[in-house]
Amino acid sequence: MDVVSRGNSPPEAPHPADSAEVLKRRRFLSRISIALSAAAAAVVGVPVVGFLFAPLTRKPPAQWKPVGPVDEFKVGETVSVNFEDAAALPWSGVSARSAAWLRRDDESSFTAFAVNCTHLGCPVQWFPDPKLFLCPCHGGVYNADGSVAAGPPPKPLPRYPVRVRAGTVEILTGPIPLG
Amino acid sequence: MIKQLLVTLDDRTGLLTWCRGVLEHPVPPRTGWWYAFGSATFLAFMLQVITGIALATAYVPSASDAYASLRFITEQALMGRFLRGMHYFGASAMVVLIGVHVARVYLMGAFKFPRELNWLTGALLLLLTLALAFTGQLLRWDQTAVWSVIVAAAQAGRMPVVGQDLARFLLAGDTVGGATLSRFFAFHVFFIPALVFLLVGLHLMLVLRHGISERPTVGDPVDKATYRAKYDALLKREGVPFWPDAAWRDVAFGAAVVAVVAVLALTVGPPELGKQPDPSILEAYPRPDWYFLWYFAVLALTPTNLETVVIVLGPLIFGAILLFVPFFNTGERSVRRRPWAALVVLLIVSTIGLFWVAGERAPWSPDFAAKPLAAAVVRDTTPEVVEGARLFYAKGCEFCHAIGGQGGARGPDLTLVATRMSPLEIVGRITNGGPNMPAFTSTLTPAEIQAIVGFLTTRK
Repeated sequence: MDVVSRGNSPPEAPHPADSAEVLKRRRFLSRISIALSAAAAAVVGVPVVGFLFAPLTRKPPAQWKPVGPVDEFKVGETVSVNFEDAAALPWSGVSARSAAWLRRDDESSFTAFAVNCTHLGCPVQWFPDPKLFLCPCHGGVYNADGSVAAGPPPKPLPRYPVRVRAGTVEILTGPIPLG
Repeated sequence: MIKQLLVTLDDRTGLLTWCRGVLEHPVPPRTGWWYAFGSATFLAFMLQVITGIALATAYVPSASDAYASLRFITEQALMGRFLRGMHYFGASAMVVLIGVHVARVYLMGAFKFPRELNWLTGALLLLLTLALAFTGQLLRWDQTAVWSVIVAAAQAGRMPVVGQDLARFLLAGDTVGGATLSRFFAFHVFFIPALVFLLVGLHLMLVLRHGISERPTVGDPVDKATYRAKYDALLKREGVPFWPDAAWRDVAFGAAVVAVVAVLALTVGPPELGKQPDPSILEAYPRPDWYFLWYFAVLALTPTNLETVVIVLGPLIFGAILLFVPFFNTGERSVRRRPWAALVVLLIVSTIGLFWVAGERAPWSPDFAAKPLAAAVVRDTTPEVVEGARLFYAKGCEFCHAIGGQGGARGPDLTLVATRMSPLEIVGRITNGGPNMPAFTSTLTPAEIQAIVGFLTTRK
């Protein structure tokens, strides 16, 4: 075999004297074969592509999640609270767990900050003494009110709506806030 | 008897004749060791396929069980730790080898006529290799993996128009969870490798079709009208059979690659599993594996107002460059007549290298592990100064500022701050902040500021 051969020439027509009728039939057969193949590919392909892109058509989840009894939180303190994320699946395991920074502003009102830095989503940590949120990834810094104090974050820390129901603090969770 | 069997086999399949044709096809003489990187990349890929299949027999691609199965593979399964190490260093080898191969082909002008499509299929393989590297890191489903997915999704989210959809596509939903890992697993072990096999086949077919490029000669430009005739004449005149004249180097280099990967897997071992993949554990220091560490630095060091442009346009420009290289398909091949080609490679390598070093040091990250300043560093025993030193730690100054080698590198080192700033200037900086420093006017009392300044004025 000449492996460096190039410029493959198309095979010669097997029967140069084929009638117009035969050529027409041959064209019809090749067209119908291509059409059938395309239809079969679509039967398989449409559900596969639809399945892969299904997450895009789902409505973003929004769920009130309890994060603890009201009395557990001291006025003025900012603590991390855990909850199961709003789109947990039975096999999500610990990766469905999520956190927020919750501050009790006064007797009746709370503020909940997302833990995700608005730069690229890394988890910010609250430091009570300097009263700052710091991000471990690229050095983003937020003030106590969530406004950007320094570093690359383009926006303040997102907040979750908070409510108190029957003595329990609940936050409205949804998609991971990604900037 | 055996010979008769082989003859029959070849008669029925044609395989032996085909193999002999491939093995003995003439290649240009004196190709040398630089030509071994392509085959070594393929070898590294096969190493990944084999070790990957072995690991897949024990790995559980479920968000709740993957971590435990990784622990089992690493700590209990026979040779499991070694196999994970092979798979990790094999991945590293594949990234390095394909990088060198691309640079070699570019520098020797081997992508020029008629081998433009060799380049393009190779460029796609480079991108797929990076995709394998990234998805592979995520299958090590620990805390870092979880945050890496979130960081990747956040970057995707920066894309105009399609960003949010792209992010949801990556996460397979709105949160990291059960669907995310399954999706990355399917991409890492089925979809991307299938594409790689397809493209490697095409790439090798093209290599056989056009022949291995001869070593470039200064003053011998590629001319579409004459190149093929010249190449064929060269093969007729000086061509040597691929096996074993050129192939022995591929084999020797490949064996060395396998040996290095095995030794590293045995001595260094696989990357440690981090904490559990639990996004509610907020003590996290997500870092990508070494091959993306330089990009982690790019994201930290890009000015905020340019960032979205870099995140969105960077990969597109990189792709466009790869796509447009083969349009310069005629002219000189030798790098001595293409000094800018050498400059481009040097620039890319040194840029990545510098960002890599920066990513390794990550001076922009606050040092959460900073310890209170030792008495020997504080020196002064005056109560006010000691209190200032305590506050310097307690109020977080030390996360970003080092004194006597202790503390972060985000802000200036303050070991000798009193030699360059007056007490008044220090007060001003603390209360008002700076370009990358928060203002502490609302978080520190005047007395606390005074104590910290009192301490800092002893730093000379």
